[in-house]
Amino acid sequence: MGEKILMKGNEAIGEAAISAGCRCFFGYPITPQSELPAFLAKKMPLVGGVFLQAESEIAAINMVYGAASAGVRVMTSSSSPGISLKQEGISYIAGAELPVLICNVQRAGPGLGTIQPSQSDYFQAVKGGGHGDYRLIVLSPSSVQEVIDLIRLGFDLADKYKTPAMFLAEGMLGQLMEPVDLGDYKPNIPDKPWALTGCKGREKNIVTSLWIDPEELERHNLELQKKYAKIKENEQRWEEFKFDDEAEYLIVAHGTMARIAKSAVIKAREEGIKTGLIRPISLWPYPEKAFANLKNIKKILVVEMSMGQMVEDVRLSVNGRVPVEFFGRAGGMFPTVNQILGKLREIK
Amino acid sequence: MEKIFGMPKSLTAKPFSFCAGCTHGIIHRLVAEVIDELGIKESAIGVGSVGCSVFSYEFFDVDMASASHGRAPAVATGIKRARPNNIVFTYQGDGDLAAIGTAEIVHAAARSEKITVIFVNNAIYGMTGGQMAPTTVLGQKTETTPYGRTVENQGYPVKMSEMLSALDGSNFIERVTVVTPAYVNKAKAAIKKAFQYQIEGKGFNLVEVLSTCPSCWGMPPLKAMDWLKENMLPVFPLGVYKDNGNK
Ligand SMILES: Cc1ncc(C[n+]2csc(CCOP(=O)(O)OP(=O)(O)O)c2C)c(N)n1
Ligand code: SF4
Repeated sequence: MGEKILMKGNEAIGEAAISAGCRCFFGYPITPQSELPAFLAKKMPLVGGVFLQAESEIAAINMVYGAASAGVRVMTSSSSPGISLKQEGISYIAGAELPVLICNVQRAGPGLGTIQPSQSDYFQAVKGGGHGDYRLIVLSPSSVQEVIDLIRLGFDLADKYKTPAMFLAEGMLGQLMEPVDLGDYKPNIPDKPWALTGCKGREKNIVTSLWIDPEELERHNLELQKKYAKIKENEQRWEEFKFDDEAEYLIVAHGTMARIAKSAVIKAREEGIKTGLIRPISLWPYPEKAFANLKNIKKILVVEMSMGQMVEDVRLSVNGRVPVEFFGRAGGMFPTVNQILGKLREIK
Repeated sequence: MEKIFGMPKSLTAKPFSFCAGCTHGIIHRLVAEVIDELGIKESAIGVGSVGCSVFSYEFFDVDMASASHGRAPAVATGIKRARPNNIVFTYQGDGDLAAIGTAEIVHAAARSEKITVIFVNNAIYGMTGGQMAPTTVLGQKTETTPYGRTVENQGYPVKMSEMLSALDGSNFIERVTVVTPAYVNKAKAAIKKAFQYQIEGKGFNLVEVLSTCPSCWGMPPLKAMDWLKENMLPVFPLGVYKDNGNK
């Protein structure tokens, strides 16, 4: 264990990326993640890395495609409207099986919306976003320490499975200042014999997402699905809080929302409403395994900073065994402890 | 017997997928010959685009990435920044470079990216079946300008070499064509220069090649070459638009 240092969420993303061996960053300015590019603009040159402000999010994601093709660890970062612009590129990256990390520090939509924090890009992140049958590994942090841990994990998983990973945070986490332990992590970077490095001493390499023959493209899709099945089996992550034998009610919340939900669980227990919490950490693969044993649970309450997106995955995981209720706020507003308590009393 | 003329080493044995008489094939060959002659086959990384040249990654026998429509200069930027010692080039059509990818090419030039761009201008969208391109000339009939391109409806053709040479970041820009043997020799020299500059660490370098599309222009290959001379050369004058090396 190292020494704890105080760090802001957005800077922690940059610090963790550099410690993970990320040496290329391409992005386009947007609130509320602007401290991250500012941080990397300072730090990347000091470690011999590349920081480049692109002309748009579209250009940035395609620069990411290029750098990943060339075999380096690479990241881009944006917020909701910018992530929408990147979707075609993300689909190409998934199709070409390139390891990259994409940060979305979400703000509220639709449209230009507002710069306040939100979880309303859940569908876009976990259900596709771009065209075609592909998946992103999606990780949702709820503390600055977890920002560090999940950025590193995101790079490692992207490389392990040759697939894009998304770090999906909410605006307020970027602004939050908390103590973190950088630990003694060593990035796990595999050899990349497929990368474009010049064909000296070997056959040429090709990075493409084009399979013009339908039979070949179907085969490629089946290979992708095999990979996704492996990820689903091995990479489900979640945290449980007071989800013990006594618990009769369960709150499900992710990211910073789960911090508020935790306080609500404690208050509810004081009132005698025996409540527990599941906090999904991997949003894809969704932690279905967390819902394996619901035998004492009477009802589940899903709380989101959206009009109800993750609730659909909870319902799929629960598959009708227990009623699933929802409470959410939109537009950059977030459910308060009292509102969650009120909803618990109502459904009891 | 000594073989004095054969396939360039930087082309694979795969037969081209272009229509008969399409000058994309000549341009591919010139790029491959230049890569051979400069001895950069083992360090070259090409970026293909979306258009009739979408399979360029199968034809060039060097490491290749295929980019989404218009974004090859951004992909090339990512590769070159990650691996500055490799020689990185894009191969793009006019729809790709001068319409959907205008922002990417302009900013790659503005940043002086040390890359080489082969820009094939055939005044039409070949791959999608002959729609108007940004470079379609006034009066030219296409699938989407059945009455001919007019200033009132579609405005003027875009002149990329002129535009990009106005940017401080561009280093070498020349417009050439391949419709006569003499023009082919000039085109090859320009392509060579555009790679040579990159080898010397200079960017941004682009060669615009006026090319024929007999299929979508609806005429036989030889007539297409005449059509290009009559209709494209007056709008897109050949020549060196920028050459910082000769300053
Ligand atoms: C995002 C996107 N939009 C549209 C297309 C369809 N499309 C494929 S090629 C092409 C135009 C290609 O024309 P050009 O760049 O002039 O190349 P050519 O085929 O003439 O060589 C278009 C519009 C696409 N593949 N992707
Ligand atoms: S459609 Fe036109 S540009 Fe495309 S291969 Fe055929 S002749 Fe060439």
